[in-house]
Amino acid sequence: MDIDKEISDQVARPGPGGPGSPIEFRLDSASGVPTYLQLVHQVEHALRLGYLKPGDQLPKVRDVVASLAINPNTVLKAYKDLESKGLTAGRPGQGTFVQATLSQVALPELTALRRSLSGWLAAADGAGLDENGIVALFTSALRDFYERRGGSGDGRGAAGGEAKGVA
Amino acid sequence: MNMNVIETSGLGKRYGGTWALRDCTLAIPAGHVAALIGPNGAGKTTLLNLAVGLAAPTAGGVTVLGGRPAGSPAALDGIAFVAQDTPVYRNLSAADMLHLTRNLNRRFDQHYAETRLGELGIPLKRKAGKLSGGQRAQLALTLALARRPKLLVLDEPVAMLDPVARHDFMATVLTAMVDDGVSVVLSSHVLADLERVADYLILLSRGGVQVAGEADDLLAGHRLLTGPAAEADGLAGRLAVVHVRRAGAQAHVLVRATAGDPVPPGWEAHPVGLEELAMAYLREPGAAALPGPVRARDTKQATPTEVTQ
Repeated sequence: MDIDKEISDQVARPGPGGPGSPIEFRLDSASGVPTYLQLVHQVEHALRLGYLKPGDQLPKVRDVVASLAINPNTVLKAYKDLESKGLTAGRPGQGTFVQATLSQVALPELTALRRSLSGWLAAADGAGLDENGIVALFTSALRDFYERRGGSGDGRGAAGGEAKGVA
Repeated sequence: MNMNVIETSGLGKRYGGTWALRDCTLAIPAGHVAALIGPNGAGKTTLLNLAVGLAAPTAGGVTVLGGRPAGSPAALDGIAFVAQDTPVYRNLSAADMLHLTRNLNRRFDQHYAETRLGELGIPLKRKAGKLSGGQRAQLALTLALARRPKLLVLDEPVAMLDPVARHDFMATVLTAMVDDGVSVVLSSHVLADLERVADYLILLSRGGVQVAGEADDLLAGHRLLTGPAAEADGLAGRLAVVHVRRAGAQAHVLVRATAGDPVPPGWEAHPVGLEELAMAYLREPGAAALPGPVRARDTKQATPTEVTQ
């Protein structure tokens, strides 16, 4: 918490006219996900991947409305939701700022991890897997990994994996 | 701002022997973009014309901006209206249109209008008839917003516009909402953009109000059930069914239910989108969903209408 505050103080930009938000929203109208939830997810995603850090500013409501042509109440609803989750805080007259982070590792480490994952993806592609195949393989390996780590015995983990594989 | 921007009570309008709008009772709260939707001939334009004072009611009454009688000077002062096809005088230049509008209105923000047209790249000297459809619409909108209204009424504002012009037009409207706290009531055929733009929905059909309420409340109060078509008819007895769509063995049933309500065995419940909800009601003119806020101020009306087939 103290660290968060310290970073927030360092990064906080005084007053208006400073650089804007590190992120910009986009909308997928075919996704079926309510608009405000899409905004919430994009902020959470950016927090997880380290694109947004404590002290960073979220796009101003007016800018989001002007660029996406969406109802301002929708943006306010998304920001309120993020605030109630403790992820952001509104500063009167200034905007909404990131308060907490969802990313467990720092950006350089994430970059390194992403690079090694890219290497693996190239290998999978080289072996002839298409995108769906890669996703299926990754998802299955991910599930196995957590089951082996979280489960009490190997037998149970394997059985669980099988059952989920069928579903 | 806890007032209603438009409030009607038993409002009706007859043209010759035909009722264009009948027994219309509703209250649209301030601070929203309220979308008025419905099939052709449902009475959308008639309702808007009555609200802005361009037509006089045959029956009932309509007030705006917290009780000002529609068409009264006090009402007109706070309302700006952009009619269908965003009409401007085609032989007048944009500058002439500003001049004209300034002289016809008590309040007109010339600086806002000129700045806005500059941002949009609309040359002041160009005749309105020589502007693109999108620019003409933006010109009409700028004239309306420069009057600094509290309520902006738009009749089919984007029907004739291409997707980019439609986006830019709505961005201007919604930005005005942020900057000046303008409330917006618009009629539209375009259901696809509804979810992004509107947070209050009024569905008119056959000259009466079929659905009214805040978008969030309406969405939270409806679920789409998917299950075996053979059992679809059986649901009607147990649940408030709005609309049934069959696809071979499977049926999609829109019901009035919340996320916490039990789902019948063999059925799957999904949240519903605004467009889907509007479509279902448009296909079932007999069904109605008129939640609280509409009735709150009107005690003459009977108890809230249950969903009926």
